[in-house]
Amino acid sequence: MAEELIIRISNDSDIVKARQKGREVAAEVGFPLTDLALVATAISELSRNILRYARQGEIVIRRAENAGRHGILVIARDRGPGIADVERALEVGFSTSGGLGLGLPGVRRLMDEFEIVSRRGSGTTVTIAKWKP
Amino acid sequence: MEVPILKQYHYLIATIQAALSDADLLHLRDALVERVGKFRSRGVIVDVTALDVMDSFASRTLRDLAHMIRLRGAETVIVGIQPEVAFAMVQLGLKLEGVATALDLEEGLEYLNKKTRTMGVEIEERS
Repeated sequence: MAEELIIRISNDSDIVKARQKGREVAAEVGFPLTDLALVATAISELSRNILRYARQGEIVIRRAENAGRHGILVIARDRGPGIADVERALEVGFSTSGGLGLGLPGVRRLMDEFEIVSRRGSGTTVTIAKWKP
Repeated sequence: MEVPILKQYHYLIATIQAALSDADLLHLRDALVERVGKFRSRGVIVDVTALDVMDSFASRTLRDLAHMIRLRGAETVIVGIQPEVAFAMVQLGLKLEGVATALDLEEGLEYLNKKTRTMGVEIEERS
């Protein structure tokens, strides 16, 4: 239960690996098919942000349990340039990606929990979680 | 992971068979845009039935592909988007605007037959 997977993100095939692992873990937790797609898509978006803006980083995937509920927790972290205006990055814009084009509002909609910590010059950590219905 | 592209009459059919990296998707886009000219194709079908994730990059690349192929004078239809993939795309705000979609290969062929007929092209049909 306590095991966690760490996937290093440094090229585009790592994105595929990360989302497949996320899907596997979510399937083990027992999520329905629809949620597997949501989790995999969210991981895909976050790992692409790592690659695009920080060049490298990692995705941590672990099973989660809280007050009897089971779920999946994913942490996307990098030591890249960070986001100067996190508020703006979370704004839903008119374009498909919205906000700053990081797709973060979309990722937030896909998951049950979403938290971002970012400081200019010291990287970004996004933590997302989804609970089994 | 290269996507096989099948030439059938005036159409090109690309069937995605496994998860694709960003580079694979760009390669598919460029290969189709090039082959539409090489084979003088009237229509392109991209079958994404096997894709379990359609994220913003895949969605944007398929949209670009369809628009580029239209600029080359042919039509594109994306077929086989799975229900859970469609759900995730909508949640993410991905709409594939301006791109034709169809349920499966059969419907996609029907769409292209109609579309290319109105363009004044006779498509030979074999029963």
